[in-house]
Amino acid sequence: MNIWLAIGLTVVGCYAVKLAGLLVPAGVLERPLVRRLAALLPVALLAALTAQQTFADGRALVLDARAAGLAAAAVALLLRAPFLLVVAAAVLVTAGVRALGG
Amino acid sequence: MTSAGSGLSLPQTCALSLLVFTGASQFALVGALAAGGGAVTAAAGAFFLGVRNAFYGLRLSQLLALPRAVRPFAAQWVIDETTAVSLAQPTRRAARLGFLVTGLSLYVLWNLTTLLGALGADAIGDTEAWGLDAAGPAVFLALLAPMLRTGTERAVAALAVLLGLGLLPVLPAGVPVLVAALAAPVVLWAHGRRTAARARTEAHAKEGQR
Repeated sequence: MNIWLAIGLTVVGCYAVKLAGLLVPAGVLERPLVRRLAALLPVALLAALTAQQTFADGRALVLDARAAGLAAAAVALLLRAPFLLVVAAAVLVTAGVRALGG
Repeated sequence: MTSAGSGLSLPQTCALSLLVFTGASQFALVGALAAGGGAVTAAAGAFFLGVRNAFYGLRLSQLLALPRAVRPFAAQWVIDETTAVSLAQPTRRAARLGFLVTGLSLYVLWNLTTLLGALGADAIGDTEAWGLDAAGPAVFLALLAPMLRTGTERAVAALAVLLGLGLLPVLPAGVPVLVAALAAPVVLWAHGRRTAARARTEAHAKEGQR
């Protein structure tokens, strides 16, 4: 039930902002400060989420096979690999390290 | 696929793709729920990631000049890819066509792959043994990488990582991510102060020369 509530809130919220952009008068969102902030908020959220999903186990911080997987993804990104290859690299390296007992 | 690995059922996974249709927000919601976050905090994180679509919508509404009656239907397709394609078109007619074709094909493909992914994950079973739990952070990293163009973005990301990890053991689940979002206004404020200070020193230096 909890999950359906989260889905419902996200559905309404995400649709509302999409529609808002199409309906809101240009002046409000054109202000430079608002634009800068809107561009930086996703950066902060994505960075924090990436770190947490790599190093968190519940509420404890751990260093396990996922870190190796993320490092592989970072290397793939630096080599300008396509999206699916980046994700595949992370999955394969994580599984590999885990199979070796990491 | 990542979502089925974190405890969402098949209908829940598909409802997300059908109704939210913003990849980053969907992954954020699933990730926050998997990390044990509450429904409201998880939805808040996903909402913040969806906010950029409002800015896309703003540029698209000028570009496409859609009739008011069509806008509520077009809104669902206002995402990164449709904006990128529409903005690349030379004329309004081409931009409208680009928006329609990109929106429709992505919507169909995205929901098909979601269904297949969710079914596949059920068949695979234990996602951890296959390393699939690393897919989530890898997706986030791939979304994040093109955004880290200047020092400001990198500073925001670094501060957000520190806040997100540092506060994880002490705050309730889901809250550290919201606090980490504060990295954006903090860095922006510090950046503004530094440029203002530099402008002042330069002004002083000029007066000294006279």
